[in-house]
Amino acid sequence: MTRRQREGSPWTGFSAVFLKELADHLGSARMRVLEWLVLLTGIAAVVAAIQDFRANSGQDPFLFLRLFTYAKDPLPAFVSLLSFLVPIVAIGLGFDAVNSEFARRTLGRVLAQPIYRDVLLFGKFLAGVATLTISLLALWLLVFGLGLVLLGVAPSTEEALRALTFLVIAIAYGAVWLAVAILFSVLFRSSATAALAALGVWLLFSILWPILVPFAVRILVPSELDLAFGIPSMEQLGLQLSLSRLSPNTLFGESVLAVLNPGTRALGLVFPSQLRGAIPGAPLPFEQSLLLVWPQITGLIATAILLFAATYVVFQRQEVRA
Amino acid sequence: MMTPDLVIEAKSLTKRYPGGKVAVDRLDLGIGRGEIFGLLGPNGAGKTTTILMLLGLTDVSEGTVRVAGFDPAREPLAVKRRVGYLPDAVGFYDGMTAFENLAYSARLMGLDRKDSRERIAAALTRVRLSGSADARVATFSRGMRQRLGLADILLKRPEVAILDEPTSALDPQSTHELLQMIREMKADGMTILLSSHLLDRVQSVCDRVALFNRGRIALIGSVPELARSVLGGGYAIEIEAAGEGVVETLSSIQGVRRVTREGGHLYRAECDVDCRSAAAAALVGRGVSLLRLAVREPSLDAIYTHYFEGAKDDKAAA
Repeated sequence: MTRRQREGSPWTGFSAVFLKELADHLGSARMRVLEWLVLLTGIAAVVAAIQDFRANSGQDPFLFLRLFTYAKDPLPAFVSLLSFLVPIVAIGLGFDAVNSEFARRTLGRVLAQPIYRDVLLFGKFLAGVATLTISLLALWLLVFGLGLVLLGVAPSTEEALRALTFLVIAIAYGAVWLAVAILFSVLFRSSATAALAALGVWLLFSILWPILVPFAVRILVPSELDLAFGIPSMEQLGLQLSLSRLSPNTLFGESVLAVLNPGTRALGLVFPSQLRGAIPGAPLPFEQSLLLVWPQITGLIATAILLFAATYVVFQRQEVRA
Repeated sequence: MMTPDLVIEAKSLTKRYPGGKVAVDRLDLGIGRGEIFGLLGPNGAGKTTTILMLLGLTDVSEGTVRVAGFDPAREPLAVKRRVGYLPDAVGFYDGMTAFENLAYSARLMGLDRKDSRERIAAALTRVRLSGSADARVATFSRGMRQRLGLADILLKRPEVAILDEPTSALDPQSTHELLQMIREMKADGMTILLSSHLLDRVQSVCDRVALFNRGRIALIGSVPELARSVLGGGYAIEIEAAGEGVVETLSSIQGVRRVTREGGHLYRAECDVDCRSAAAAALVGRGVSLLRLAVREPSLDAIYTHYFEGAKDDKAAA
């Protein structure tokens, strides 16, 4: 009589875990530090951009979106800052999610309550995503508000839609890094080790990956053209693109580029023949931009889900005793 | 064959860890309703592993378990609703107050707000922590944490309470208080399974004990039963007497097996029956001044030491 069906709802206790973790996140000193970090850098970038806009009032039809992407030396653009800071915030929220329960010796007591083990993990993950969503939404509204007040221009519907899509992409990107952090918090019993490992992965993808990929491509696919003239071959470029898209940072960068810059027509290789008849610089409609980055967005969400699934498997097999 | 009033029943329960280490080896155990059962043994004997299997918190390699009529591996929620668990060195969320910690447990149990408020207040009063309900757990002493752990169990109103090393690292006063609370829980009709490596401390509360070693139950029964089977039964009488020929006098009494002088005026007689009166009469008859006469209760410590020393000798001989 092997009954595979679980008794009771698999969600038993979910809201309790979710609300407790959310309250912990929102009330924690760590969260406040991270929020200030994001807030100050974000505002600095946007205010600097607005000052420039005022000086040379451009005829850009998507002026509002430029708020997010405009970079003024020495400050990077708002989106670049986010691509850098969101992973840090996410890792900060997740690196001690599970191992701290071991360290505080609360795991056994909590799991002896009538809940399934996965509820604890799922509650923690979703509470982290909710926290990210709340902080990013607040930041996004702040930028939007600053734009309205300081620029005095109201965004068009299309701009609002694009900005909103950008928010969703940023949350998905944060969820990926949160899943990485929680995975390490399950793998390593020491939260310091887990934090270091997660930061290591982040460094790998944000700094080392773009450097390593061209090297790897040259080794994997040698080409005479490349050796003789230093011009990469088609295969090399294709592989390079595929490899670099393994990094969530690339996926985030590409999707944000296409969504916030309506002039983007393609991500990756484009042949002149494909551009025949196109008006250079003419913006794509919102649906077309969305279609363009759909693979990137689904890729980000899928990565988060896969990482969470891996965490789930490891956690289910782990012994409760410390 | 199921006995109806067995609350915990394990049959040839086995736990093998990856790598071949056998933590629990074909364990048979039956614990009746309303009993306080002690699982005793040295560290690493498999006590905690057994407890985790009873709760469904670790997989069973072989054998069957039923707790409160349910299989912990198949129906973990049903088991966990009926069983309260105090882990070894229980932990709480330090940044939260005692009340908040219990409120979290109550929410996990699915209690509604009003019900949980009442239960938490009652549980905290029972463990005498109602004055510290709003203090952060970080400020709590070890004894207070342990008591808060009991409150966590009381909150659930379980049929069975499983306490893993409830008295370890507690001072004598806290230990005494804790054992008193465990007795009170039994009076409420709860079945209690507790594990410990401190034999003499828990001896006083346990109805029955199982001595555990290397994943197996070596001995099981009430303390007097074990004493009879291990120490060869009978009574040990302590006599303090001043005078000549005490050993000879005592040895001549019927039922006395052995008399030893333990130094000074202290003697010890091992006998098959309680022959205190006969000893007193004989000694006074000889003109010896009798200072003290007492039956020594068989202690778990003695049983344990005696048994495992014997087991070691067997092993050495083999």
